[in-house]
Amino acid sequence: MDLVLSKEAIDNIINVLDEDLLRAGADCVLLVDRSGNLIVNRGDPANLDVVALAALSAANFGATAEIAKLIGEDDFALLFHKGKNENIHFTKVGKGFILITLFGKEVSLGLIRLNTAKVTETLIPILGGEQ
Amino acid sequence: MSFIDLSKNEVQCKVVYYGPGRGGKTTNLLYLHQAMTDSVRGKMVTIDTKGDRTLFFDFLPLALGKIQGLSIKIQLYTVPGQVMYNATRKLVLKGVDGIVFVADSLKVQKEKNIESLANLRQNLAEDNLDMKDIPLVLQFNKRDLGGSNIPILTVEEMQEDLNSELQVPWFSGSALKGDGVFETLREISKRTVKYVSRKLLSR
Repeated sequence: MDLVLSKEAIDNIINVLDEDLLRAGADCVLLVDRSGNLIVNRGDPANLDVVALAALSAANFGATAEIAKLIGEDDFALLFHKGKNENIHFTKVGKGFILITLFGKEVSLGLIRLNTAKVTETLIPILGGEQ
Repeated sequence: MSFIDLSKNEVQCKVVYYGPGRGGKTTNLLYLHQAMTDSVRGKMVTIDTKGDRTLFFDFLPLALGKIQGLSIKIQLYTVPGQVMYNATRKLVLKGVDGIVFVADSLKVQKEKNIESLANLRQNLAEDNLDMKDIPLVLQFNKRDLGGSNIPILTVEEMQEDLNSELQVPWFSGSALKGDGVFETLREISKRTVKYVSRKLLSR
């Protein structure tokens, strides 16, 4: 499956990410597909190689999906990595996409989880449904 | 899966270097990385923790200029060649738009080449892809060993083993010296972009 997004669709995605995640305190938000393509990145990715982050995140998601299968699950809906200062949160968007949110220690994980759930719901129809 | 961003007029495609272990897939990417300027290449990521073998994949993003106003971005991946890492290979193949099969010219690797190509065919089939449909280019690597005392396969033998049915473009190469590396990339890029645009036009 290939994905073509119009300027309007990209603008919609950008609005949702800015409104619900960057305003909530996230440092950077990326939308990538499961084959590693970077679709949109927002926020301040100073010194961050977003293209490599997209590829590695897709791989990471794929690898953990294999762990999920070992314990009888199809997939994990979200992953969270905690660092000393920076945290990273991955959420599955439909079957083919991943929303990556980077946020600092001053932002609560609960807020990010709440808002990514909301963003995910909004993004699915823009990205062509559950597929 | 290719992705076209109409707000930036950009197309992203994924090309995977496939082939038996120790055949020179990573060396191809390393050569490209060294030979290209910063304006073309992105940062190369390699995950090879087991000696010099690729454990997960290598990744090199390239910006290859514009075709009809559309910027072409190609992301090169390698897979681990060792038989036991098939789950990883399937993972890396996900959403592939073009494939370079790097075959090893060493005589002792004859069977490994054939096995790896069969494995590629099977992994693609599991993803509902036919090897005949997807852009594929062969590279017969390590040709520089010809004339040394290490026995190598002739090009004819390799063609017979790997390309008699497929009939895809092939290149003699020495990834270590850079011979054939750019030729291979040029051919697969051309074919991949054509394949992706044809798919888009048929939508």
